[in-house]
Amino acid sequence: MSDEKKKLSLIAFSGDFDKLTAVFTLASGAAAVGYEVNIFFTFWGLDAIKQKKGRSFVGGNLLTKIFGFMMGGLHVAPTSRFNFCGLGPRIFRKLMKKNNVATLEELVEASTALGVNLYACEMAMHVLGLKQSDFIHEVKDTLGVATFLEISEGGRTMFI
Amino acid sequence: MATHTLDITKEHCPMTFVKTKLKLAQISDGDILEVLLTEGEPLNNVPKSATEQGFKVLGIEHVSGNIHKVTIEK
Repeated sequence: MSDEKKKLSLIAFSGDFDKLTAVFTLASGAAAVGYEVNIFFTFWGLDAIKQKKGRSFVGGNLLTKIFGFMMGGLHVAPTSRFNFCGLGPRIFRKLMKKNNVATLEELVEASTALGVNLYACEMAMHVLGLKQSDFIHEVKDTLGVATFLEISEGGRTMFI
Repeated sequence: MATHTLDITKEHCPMTFVKTKLKLAQISDGDILEVLLTEGEPLNNVPKSATEQGFKVLGIEHVSGNIHKVTIEK
């Protein structure tokens, strides 16, 4: 084993089903082969770590609550292409199951089981009226840019 | 010292590595894990990443077709 721990940091900006699948595939795969993995969720990406995985009025005021409802959680994440009003993700989930490929939910579960560090962007949370208690308990902390840069230093960083 | 078996021949990336890592985390130090896997990415990388993470690969043997057995000591 090398002395220096390998590190991968992902900025999860997108809340799209397919892009989140890429985020959690990379995260769980890297963690499984011994990388330290950090995911920094910002803007639409925050949908992936909401406790309420369907649609719910999470937010601080009327406008952000409506936003929260429209954005939804992990189970209602739309695909970036071929969404067909929400039918796309259902088709993809079916195809993934049929081909014995891990679904998005399984990848999230694997990532947390392997100790991937989940962080939420403080600024985006403020804009969307979200609190850390709105997220799954595996979310370690709420961060800003400076701390994220510190955490990701010395490793590879990707923006998805 | 116990011997455990894990079949990842039906799995795809990244679950091949994920299931191996989670199983290695579950078993006790000194235990043996026999992983059944297919040629290609799993065969190329499961033994490599196990070694990199400080586990001991005791052997790799051909089982049948494109299936191989990797024996790892925790």
